[in-house]
Amino acid sequence: MSDKLIIGGVTLPSRLFLGSGKYSSNTLIPAIVEASGAGVITVAVRRVDPEAGQENILTHIPKTCILMPNTSGARNAAEAVRIARLARAAGCGDWIKIEVISDNRYLLPDNQETIEATRILAAEGFTVLPYMSPDLMAAKRMAEAGAAAIMPLGAPIGTNRGFRTKELVRIMIEELELPVIVDAGIGRPSEACECMEMGAAAVLVNTAVASASDPVAMGRAFGQAVAAGRAAFLAGPGAVQESAKASSPLTGFLHE
Amino acid sequence: MTFYDELRRYDGFDFASFFASVTDADIARIINKERLSREDFLALLSPRAASHLEAMARRASELTVRHFGKAVLLFTPLYLANHCTNQCVYCGFNTKNALERRKLTLEEVEAEAVEIAKSGLKHILILTGDDRKQTPVSYIAECSKVLKKHFTSIAVEVYALTQDEYAELAAVGVDGMTMFQEVYNEEIYAELHPKGPKRVYRNRLEAPERAAAAGIRQITTGTLLGLNDWRTEAFFTGVHTDYLQHAYPDVEVAISPPRMRPHLGGFPPKVIVSDADMVQYILAFRLFMPRGGVTLSTRENAKLRDNLLGLGVTKMSAGVCTQVGGRASGQEDPGQFEISDERSVAEMAEMLYSRGYQPVFKDWQYL
Repeated sequence: MSDKLIIGGVTLPSRLFLGSGKYSSNTLIPAIVEASGAGVITVAVRRVDPEAGQENILTHIPKTCILMPNTSGARNAAEAVRIARLARAAGCGDWIKIEVISDNRYLLPDNQETIEATRILAAEGFTVLPYMSPDLMAAKRMAEAGAAAIMPLGAPIGTNRGFRTKELVRIMIEELELPVIVDAGIGRPSEACECMEMGAAAVLVNTAVASASDPVAMGRAFGQAVAAGRAAFLAGPGAVQESAKASSPLTGFLHE
Repeated sequence: MTFYDELRRYDGFDFASFFASVTDADIARIINKERLSREDFLALLSPRAASHLEAMARRASELTVRHFGKAVLLFTPLYLANHCTNQCVYCGFNTKNALERRKLTLEEVEAEAVEIAKSGLKHILILTGDDRKQTPVSYIAECSKVLKKHFTSIAVEVYALTQDEYAELAAVGVDGMTMFQEVYNEEIYAELHPKGPKRVYRNRLEAPERAAAAGIRQITTGTLLGLNDWRTEAFFTGVHTDYLQHAYPDVEVAISPPRMRPHLGGFPPKVIVSDADMVQYILAFRLFMPRGGVTLSTRENAKLRDNLLGLGVTKMSAGVCTQVGGRASGQEDPGQFEISDERSVAEMAEMLYSRGYQPVFKDWQYL
């Protein structure tokens, strides 16, 4: 049976999504995409400069990847919508990651405004992937508003703190029909693997790869971890036992 | 309640006793904290912390890469005019200085913009002296409209405006502002600013929050190092950004730590701020405000600027000219101050790449 992730009608080659910021050079991007096998890469529209020639980040995004522009810098739904339209007009396609942040200290997303932006952009035919604070009710509203997937954060963005929001994301995975993609905060491949084992549809990482000593090797490690986690999920891990099973059960006499 | 009221809470605070009470154990503990209090920040500015610079640098470097990546934003200043009505004793634009005063016509602004844009830069900082008659807000707005055609981010470093005036500039596309308080000590401020509108301490102090309230998105504050004891001045600069970030969470805050440079008029610094002092200031700020920007100007020499990369610096100027209209005309009048790092944008970009950093030319989009 094929186990492909399909979002917005597109079958993705992998369940790893990458960010594109923070690298020492944009020229690293193709090698990281290749090593990691990433299927989707997100780019901040504020960084895109069509006039910049080789310095334009878009010239470094491999064709094997789906380009997912993001609305970094937007503080409300209206700004996110304008950035999304700008991205589409600039030829960046129909995918959009909505990022609405009005708190610059922790960079926590504003779910309310994100729901609104999702509604408007989905109606305009965008494939909308909202980045959000893990909250089941907000996620359901995003789904109703037309989101193609839901992207809860694992920890505050850029922190490498790991999968801190586990309990909330677990419930979202159980309750939502849409793919749940853990985005932000994942610092190590083992944590990405854990998200996948739990049933996340995909994982998005940036800082963890960009801040590694060898970003290409770390990209490869994330690709492998995500694949391993997915395989484990599909294999159906055995239930965790609270204590070891006694070889001589105390109630064995009942069956004698 | 404004930042002025917030500052008054530190009246009578005994900095010397506080610094004397800081121990090595305190510093070691603070360096590993997730979130620093203002007292923690002050402890990192203490003389005691000076012997912990390496540990502070490691933490600062890690935080900077995590939040900003291996990337540094490049921008350049454009001096629109040098007309001024102030007599700031440390500045080349002081009205007492015999200096040819001029301002760019809109055609000249266009010519400078075309020249700068060739380098690929998309972020520009425009400056004027303090002269509302020669360079009214309407003039700054007109210049901004011209620049908008060539740049995606425009910041202003001009005299203190009213909230409505900042809103007027925001409406034509200005997204950033820089305001150096110069010196947070109010008595020294009065002494160094004997004449002109800039004498009004509070009007300047509260300008950044007026800008934030008017919708300006990126705000840089700072003290001019050399005018007073740097430790307390650095502390108040950090407290100012902390105040702004709390009051206006959507604003991107930053500091710039300029040191006094030779200038026409020749006022000597009151205090010599060493390289190690400046490094301590930048590191302490990075640990206190992990997401705060740090801008490094060409007042510092190339070697020091290169070495400061990675310790917390997030923005650098390049291809700098402090003369009015100096780029298109090639004129060599005395500027606001002498620059120390004369590298072009291409040379700065090459240096960044060679040190494993990405030069970022565009990080903003006008909507």
